[in-house]
Amino acid sequence: MNIRALPLYATIAIFLLAYLICYMQFPAMLSTRVIGNLLTDNAYLGIVAVGMTVVIISGGIDLSVGSVIAFSGVFIAVLLRETGMHPLAAFALLLAITTLFGAAMGGMIHLLAMPPFIVTLAGMFLARGAGYMLTIDSVPIDHAFYETMQRAYYLMPGKGRLTLLGVTMLASVILGMILLHRTKFGTNVYAIGGGEATARLMGVAVGRTTVLIYAFSGFMAGLAGIVFSVYTSAGYPLATVGVELNAIAAVVIGGTLLTGGSGYMFGTLIGVLTMGLIQTYIVFDGTLSSWWTKIVIGALLLMFILLQKGLLRLRISH
Amino acid sequence: MTGSTLLRRIAPQLLTLAAVIVLVSIYYPAFYQIVYVNDRLVGIPIDVIKRGAPVALLAIGMTLVIATRGIDLSVGAVMAICGASAAWSIDQGYGIGAALGIAGAAGLVCGLWNGVLVAFFGIQPIVATLILMVAGRGVAQLITGGTILTFDSDTFAFLGSGTMIGVPVPTVIWILTGIGFGLLVRRTALGLLVESIGVNLRASTLAGINSRVLLIAVYMGSGFCAALAGVIATADIRGADANNAGLWLELDAILAVVIGGNSLLGGRFSILASLLGAMIIQTINTGILLAGFPSEFNLVIKAVLVIVILVLQSPRFMPYLELLASRFKRSSVTRLEAGE
Repeated sequence: MNIRALPLYATIAIFLLAYLICYMQFPAMLSTRVIGNLLTDNAYLGIVAVGMTVVIISGGIDLSVGSVIAFSGVFIAVLLRETGMHPLAAFALLLAITTLFGAAMGGMIHLLAMPPFIVTLAGMFLARGAGYMLTIDSVPIDHAFYETMQRAYYLMPGKGRLTLLGVTMLASVILGMILLHRTKFGTNVYAIGGGEATARLMGVAVGRTTVLIYAFSGFMAGLAGIVFSVYTSAGYPLATVGVELNAIAAVVIGGTLLTGGSGYMFGTLIGVLTMGLIQTYIVFDGTLSSWWTKIVIGALLLMFILLQKGLLRLRISH
Repeated sequence: MTGSTLLRRIAPQLLTLAAVIVLVSIYYPAFYQIVYVNDRLVGIPIDVIKRGAPVALLAIGMTLVIATRGIDLSVGAVMAICGASAAWSIDQGYGIGAALGIAGAAGLVCGLWNGVLVAFFGIQPIVATLILMVAGRGVAQLITGGTILTFDSDTFAFLGSGTMIGVPVPTVIWILTGIGFGLLVRRTALGLLVESIGVNLRASTLAGINSRVLLIAVYMGSGFCAALAGVIATADIRGADANNAGLWLELDAILAVVIGGNSLLGGRFSILASLLGAMIIQTINTGILLAGFPSEFNLVIKAVLVIVILVLQSPRFMPYLELLASRFKRSSVTRLEAGE
């Protein structure tokens, strides 16, 4: 058995167990409606977590993503309000901007040898500030194409809706899996996460890969911003504060080591769904206060980190 | 440290602070005015050193944590927990002493939790403190019951808005705490030991340093500073806001330490430089408001200034500057020799 994949198995087992407990208390939890909503409600988080997984496996961190999502929503909303541009053109423009933004942060991290934590922290201020400069109000999006996207869904058996947003998230995860596990770029990401000096000696183009990693994260944050704007039909510069933390937590719960070099994209999907499940449970229960979400997520984080620590010892002793 | 080496260490921060102040006073010439009204000093500089108190306090603890090659993301949440505990204790009718004791104890317990995770379980500090950062606000909301817990105690509010010989109490608190921690680490061997842990944990342990206890003590110190900051923030608004007390202040505190020229990779540290970093950040924050920019621009201006400061201080950029400086010196020397 592949001991490296143990955290992934543990993540899946805990998710299934948690779902079973929820199901025993509320049998309605196991309907395609709940599953469809779980995917739709967490679509933007899942997409941004795909980018975060790549960043974290490379040993870095990207604190800017929450602000980038908020900026994206505002950018699209203002652009659609001020010009007669088609949303698809606005999306393309936005993705170009956020990708370049990510690439610029990657470039700074590499060229100036500054810690990713600090560079992306400045990026977080900058993206949020750029959002404020566009508008400080919540701008509604009223476009026929948006309604089409919101209505686009596949009716699953049991009347659950597999929405366009949910499918976008699943497609992003699959894209991330291919990129991370099946391409040279993915191998380079793991190599840098394992040790930058070693990677350089092995002939990995560290600079180019670093730029690409943060560009990918920026692209995913932009995509998540688009999905979030479709989800809320509005752009608001104060939205999605702290989403970067949720994304990091989802990645860690998904079994990826924050030290870098080890982890699986699929685990991140399970991490996102686990966090969504906790929220769904609190909604179903109706008496629990929302702060229990934070406490339970904190406890889950602790459990997974200790589990990984134990497995790491196990691997070393073998 | 002798006077001249200390000055050389904090020179970049002093220059940056001076530059920021000059920049602000261009837009707001009345910056330097300080008047004495109703037994208190009033003026923009006084406002800066008062409003900068929470970040300055957090930066003291954060400097030590970062010197051990760690990081403490939980301080903002710990502020919320401690502020909530203090407000809760006063609400329950305990005296001010008990309230402060409970808040301080809460901060120390939070620090102990972080320290044990880092020192005994060997968890990476950024992850270990992330747990409390996420869960901490939940705990604070649990204490306040999800509401903003207000209280009525003038003695407690004194800590946030009172003055001592004209100086705001929060300022007195952060300066005294800074001096206290400074004396503790520089008049004993503790500072040196903290630096040695940051440079090489394993070698320090082998050399006989009880690194586990020291690590835990450092995180507890950070928790204690966060408790002080939380008490000030709560006393200032006469209420404990579990959602917003200390929100994102951990990032400002880390920024203050980095602007203070301390390496995130641990080792040599200067609390004084971090405190100057905190004042630089607060001057920028206050200055942007004074300069009369629309408030929408605040974050962008702050981000640009921070990026400029960081780029100037970055390890790759510094050598260029020194090269430039030495070339300039050499060319002026040759010019002198040529008799120009």
